[in-house]
Amino acid sequence: MDLAIIVGLDVISGIASLVLISAGLAVIFGMMKIINLAHGEFLMLGAYATVLSVSAGVNIWFAMLVIAPVFVGLVGVIVERCLIQFLYGRLVDTMLATWGLSLVIVGATTMIFGNTIVGVSSPLGGFQVGAYQSSLYTPFLALMAVFLMTAVFGVMRYTRAGLIARAVMQNPEMAATLGVNPARVYMATFGAGAAMSGLAGGLLAPVAGVVPTMGAAYIAKAFITVVGGGTSLLWGLISASGLFGFINQIAAFLTTPVFGEVILFIAAVVLIRLLPTGIAGRFFKGRL
Amino acid sequence: MSAPLLQTSGLTIRFGGVTAVDQVDFTLREAELRCLIGPNGAGKSTFFKLLTGQLPPTEGHVHLRGQDISGARPHEIARQGVGIKTQVPNVFNALSVQENLWIAARHKHTPTFATELTDKILTQLRLTGIANKEVGQLAHGQRQWVEIGTVLAGEPELILLDEPAAGMTHEEVERTAELILEINKSRALIVVEHDMQFIKMIARTVTVLHQGAVLIEDDVARVLEDARVRDVYLGKGLAA
Amino acid sequence: MQILTGMKGALIGSVIAAAAIIAAPFYVDLFQIMQLTVFAAMAVLALSLGFIWGYGGILCFGQTSFFGLGAYAYAVSAINFGDSTPAILLAILVPVVFAALLGYFMIYGGISDVYLGVITLTVSLILFNLVNSTAGDFYKIGEARLGGFNGIPGVPTFNLPGNPGYILTPEQAWMVTGIALILVYLGLRVLIASSFGRIIIAIRENETRAALLGYDPRIYKLITFMIGGAIAGFAGALYVNWGAFVSPTIFALGLSAQIIIWVIIGGRGTLIGPVIGCLLLQWMVTEIGAQQALDANFILGAILIIFVLLVPKGIAPTLRDLALSRLGRGETAPPEARVKVKT
Ligand SMILES: Nc1ncnc2c1ncn2[C@@H]1O[C@H](COP(=O)(O)OP(=O)(O)O)[C@@H](O)[C@H]1O
Ligand SMILES: [Mg+2]
Repeated sequence: MDLAIIVGLDVISGIASLVLISAGLAVIFGMMKIINLAHGEFLMLGAYATVLSVSAGVNIWFAMLVIAPVFVGLVGVIVERCLIQFLYGRLVDTMLATWGLSLVIVGATTMIFGNTIVGVSSPLGGFQVGAYQSSLYTPFLALMAVFLMTAVFGVMRYTRAGLIARAVMQNPEMAATLGVNPARVYMATFGAGAAMSGLAGGLLAPVAGVVPTMGAAYIAKAFITVVGGGTSLLWGLISASGLFGFINQIAAFLTTPVFGEVILFIAAVVLIRLLPTGIAGRFFKGRL
Repeated sequence: MSAPLLQTSGLTIRFGGVTAVDQVDFTLREAELRCLIGPNGAGKSTFFKLLTGQLPPTEGHVHLRGQDISGARPHEIARQGVGIKTQVPNVFNALSVQENLWIAARHKHTPTFATELTDKILTQLRLTGIANKEVGQLAHGQRQWVEIGTVLAGEPELILLDEPAAGMTHEEVERTAELILEINKSRALIVVEHDMQFIKMIARTVTVLHQGAVLIEDDVARVLEDARVRDVYLGKGLAA
Repeated sequence: MQILTGMKGALIGSVIAAAAIIAAPFYVDLFQIMQLTVFAAMAVLALSLGFIWGYGGILCFGQTSFFGLGAYAYAVSAINFGDSTPAILLAILVPVVFAALLGYFMIYGGISDVYLGVITLTVSLILFNLVNSTAGDFYKIGEARLGGFNGIPGVPTFNLPGNPGYILTPEQAWMVTGIALILVYLGLRVLIASSFGRIIIAIRENETRAALLGYDPRIYKLITFMIGGAIAGFAGALYVNWGAFVSPTIFALGLSAQIIIWVIIGGRGTLIGPVIGCLLLQWMVTEIGAQQALDANFILGAILIIFVLLVPKGIAPTLRDLALSRLGRGETAPPEARVKVKT
């Protein structure tokens, strides 16, 4: 029974972390149809922002929840203005440029901070389930995932910015004729996506080893989730995170975490063969 | 009696709320030349896409010589002897005119024979002068000719031409009409066209599509006099 | 005709290059010979991606997967058989089977370029994690321990076919690697000039048109992808032969990025371009590593960005376009020079 609770918690935390580490990628993919290959580095920058702020004496909650997303969001806006905007309509070139960017960020971070692991300690303690010990940080991450999805839903559904974003998602040309400037929408999208990645990076800081190359550890799962979900940004992300998080945790529990990832990947490839446009392309077409 | 060359029964496709092709029953005999007309958005191009497997029908069937090909993939249908010139030019832009035709001819033939066939068609279509030019750099009218040449090089038994005269000069239009009649000596064709002068040059039987459905199918003279056809085209500036 | 004249040039160039390869050991020292050997092995890898991306239009971001699988297949079988000849064959076979499976799901699933790039990259990331986790006695294939993060040391290098007792000297291994590069290059040239080559270029240009002419784009793409896997796997065997060692870093993200950069800067739609790009970059990375002031990733990323923004066609096609426009020829360039920069 206790074991079941622990495994259940694991599944929830697996799903929540997929939502968190994939959200920024999904927003950019849903709106711009490109995969941001610097996504892992945006996570890493969020983690570094948190660690450095904490060591400068800033409160850890403020560092994770405010400084990390704001800083990485700004980085996203700058990147969009200085790089991405010159490549609109060239999907593959845009992806290649973000790959170049990812190498530049890893290189710059290594030159500045060196290739050593830094970290912060978790701000929450643990709790006991029978013979098993678990961290309070896990339910906190799940709450954050729920909060983030609710926020995205609220913004998309009830604000003018969300209305414009939905219009651009459906039909960029048509949106342009309605007086919406797609360039500004893309800038905002990239900034918002980056900010979400920064938030995820900040939240990861206490539970991950923070190094310049840490992004590579997360992007495989994020890619699988977003590709499996398809371009509908909310329902695709939630359904793919749910499905893959479940498969991954169960498989990891039965074998090893690495084989869990392999099984996750195989599940995703089979899914892609059956549903080439992702879960959302099949079941949530035209929805958020 | 043997099965007709092409027969559709209840052929239908819907895009969300739009029924682009609506319960079409269409029959084409061996070596027949049929013109397909109808105002913009009538569903002519979509009908061609259903015939060539570029879109799967929502309902209904397509039979080619009695064999059901509905839902088959484009290359399978092409191998059954159906060739199409699409409305938007579909060519290999970075390849030369010669190479475009050669690729088409190569599907059925050895490389050497494909080269001979390509030369023959280049001469027939008077494209020899630009044989080594890159297709992407040609004018729209010339690209149309290249695509027609590509279709011929594939030696299909049924040829679908979607607006072959669009963007051509008057002289080119006349040559296209001659060419179509020439091709029709040995093969069946369905030609979609807006230009009524052109239709009068080539047509015997005409099928009119309107809002996805067959409005009338008859001899060209009777179709062009038909009041319903005039109504459909009225206001489109295309009345004959 | 153009193809034939082009081939003549390639043949003459290859004979000269082969002569230089055989002569090299008499003029440069062993350290440089070793350096050149690994450059040549990597150039074979560059050709594999140059072929499938530049001619087949297949955007594979994880070509290291096949390279690494080839390398591991070679290492494991060379240790078990004690003979390099069957090991080289397996280094080709294993990646081909893997490419067939993966390619089937992706290409027959009809996914877009963007998805294909991301999925292939994900494969390499997962293989990296997977092989990294194979430490311990449990992960043993026959005599060969996979060794996890530490990799497999002491892999037998190439021997004379049929004579496992005769191990090639470093100079001989260099000649084998260099000549292999030339043969792969020439083989691809012949393939591209063949009907198959014409057809895959046509499919790259316009898949719909090719299908409407009766060609099944999926099978052509799958075969192209498998050929790319075979060549990359062979490159993996050449690479292990150079260092007698393989570790999971062969699957690492950094190498995936480098292969892409070789092809981008050399030029998509040429074969010589990726080879030049590879040699240039390999040399540059070695130099950066030696002087240690700048981070190699930083430079590589900057190069990638600059080329995507400013020279999207790459060096070789840009030079050829310049030369052709100088000559003022209205004719089309040979197909190697024509690139459709895919968007
Ligand atoms: N892929 C599609 N998705 C949605 N609607 C489509 C699609 N293709 C065609 N249509 C609609 O189907 C109708 C018929 O179009 P089409 O066959 O191109 O007409 P025609 O060729 O006769 O001018 C039009 O209303 C068009 O908007
Ligand atoms: Mg039309």
